[in-house]
Amino acid sequence: MEASAALVSESSRRTMKATPTKLELKMGIATREAYGQALAELGRENPNIVALDADLAKSTFSATFGKEFPDRFYTVGIAEANMVSIAGGLALSGKIPFASSFAVFVTNKGYDQLRMSIAYPHVNAKFVGSHGGISIGEDGPSQQSVEDIALASALAGFVVLVPADEFATRALVREMAAYVGPVYMRTGRPKSPIIYGTEDKFPIGKAKVHGSGRDVAIVACGLEVAEALKAQAQLEEESIAARVIDAYTIKPLDDETMAQAARECGAIVTAEEHLLDGGLGSQVARSVARSHPVPIEFVGIRNTYAESGTPEQLMDKYGLTARHIVSAVKRVLERK
Amino acid sequence: MIAAPGSGHPGGSLSAVEVLAALYFRVLRHDPQNPEWPDRDRFILSKGHGCPVLYAAYAEAGYIDRALLSTLRKLGSPLQGHPDKRMLPILEASTGSLGQGLSIGVGVALAARMDKKDYHTFVMIGDGESQEGQVWEAAMFAGYHKLANLTCIVDNNKQQLDDWTHKIVDLEPLAEKWLAFGWNPIEIDGHDFNQVVPALEEGRAATKKPTVIIANTVKGKGVSFMENVIKWHGVAPKPDELEAALKELEAAAV
Repeated sequence: MEASAALVSESSRRTMKATPTKLELKMGIATREAYGQALAELGRENPNIVALDADLAKSTFSATFGKEFPDRFYTVGIAEANMVSIAGGLALSGKIPFASSFAVFVTNKGYDQLRMSIAYPHVNAKFVGSHGGISIGEDGPSQQSVEDIALASALAGFVVLVPADEFATRALVREMAAYVGPVYMRTGRPKSPIIYGTEDKFPIGKAKVHGSGRDVAIVACGLEVAEALKAQAQLEEESIAARVIDAYTIKPLDDETMAQAARECGAIVTAEEHLLDGGLGSQVARSVARSHPVPIEFVGIRNTYAESGTPEQLMDKYGLTARHIVSAVKRVLERK
Repeated sequence: MIAAPGSGHPGGSLSAVEVLAALYFRVLRHDPQNPEWPDRDRFILSKGHGCPVLYAAYAEAGYIDRALLSTLRKLGSPLQGHPDKRMLPILEASTGSLGQGLSIGVGVALAARMDKKDYHTFVMIGDGESQEGQVWEAAMFAGYHKLANLTCIVDNNKQQLDDWTHKIVDLEPLAEKWLAFGWNPIEIDGHDFNQVVPALEEGRAATKKPTVIIANTVKGKGVSFMENVIKWHGVAPKPDELEAALKELEAAAV
């Protein structure tokens, strides 16, 4: 863990050096697009990798795999429940199925199937929900997934992953395939700022620590990691030393890193593009409540569904930007 | 078996006896000494509450010790109240939440197609279970993809927990529905071996489309006071009822 923390703090220093006041991250591709590339690459190495989609293959980018391996790719039509159970049958037969749809559909429409066909027999099937969170924008709440992390985390034995950028996604797709058991990964619609590089490793069950600030720890996942890094740079201007923890594994959470952050910083802010009920914040609170209780403030969606709008408008209106993280840090520091 | 734990589903177990017997002792390509044989035919009991008849078939075929049968539904038993692959790995799937077994069977049949293997996948669903929308998602997919290596058996005992199926949501015309979904429907008396075995063999030999066998059955078959009586869906017989039931079944077996 020490080694990975050092590795990442180095990379975050690298990105922050150029613009100390306002952190500018280079824009990369969307995590969903990186998923498609990684899956196709994996398909070339492992003939047991197969893929399913429920009529959103161009949006989830599972089509990248499908184009290259048409015999190992089935789009089941608009039938998510069927897709999830078919993945169960494929896994029982020795395949490693990756089933994709929008996060909101694969977890909500396929939930009983994720439970009985996948989690309960603990089969080796992987699920990737794209268009996580509200940053999908104009399509509105019926397509915006704000509860998939809670739902996936409530499936006994599931691993739940939320990559922050394309490099994390590519690495985690490999981790998913190598891991034997059920996994859910959330990807996003918009382009993601680049945080990592090819040298970064993302073992399941760990988190990545950016910086060694001891005033506050900001624990984030997905697009919120970039927002947290921006907040970290702004806070530095005000002489508040924050460390950012990218909790790319929501379940099992890296309890050791959370405990260390709680002990060394004495205050935590969590940030997620998800309802506050049952998401990252809930997991972090449960973890440090056992190891080292400290005040926590939660940035996330508060007991509501969002609406149509541009991703930027929505992230601002629903309180998910760096500015909101900075305010949460100030609130938590007052409680310290 | 169901009387010992004091709970279970006798009705839907008894309606499936002949089909299970035909599968395990005539039709399935399997080896009880080698349950993980990759080329074995698969049988998935989607109507998981009917598992006592499957456990009995496993015992009779030599997959499990007959003495285990009396542990049904008891703490730590591999014979869980609904089929649980964690506890009994020879099961082809864990089932119990209705509607999912046919989709799982589609996945198993697809894997066979991808691997160019010739094993056949059989799935038994209930008629009441056919009210689940997922059954028809799976039927649509298998029909469209012409999964001839898949056979679905509908244990058409015409009752569900609350009442007669036709009084809840009638499924008829059932054969026409499957036909329209691209399947080859075969309607039989599910208690007549002379009809059950040839139908299963026809399904196993199919090359053009998936087969559905609509097995017309009687819930509680073989026990006069259980036959076609709704309450025996999910109630265990009391000791005197058990004795009477076993007497009838033994007399019929002679």
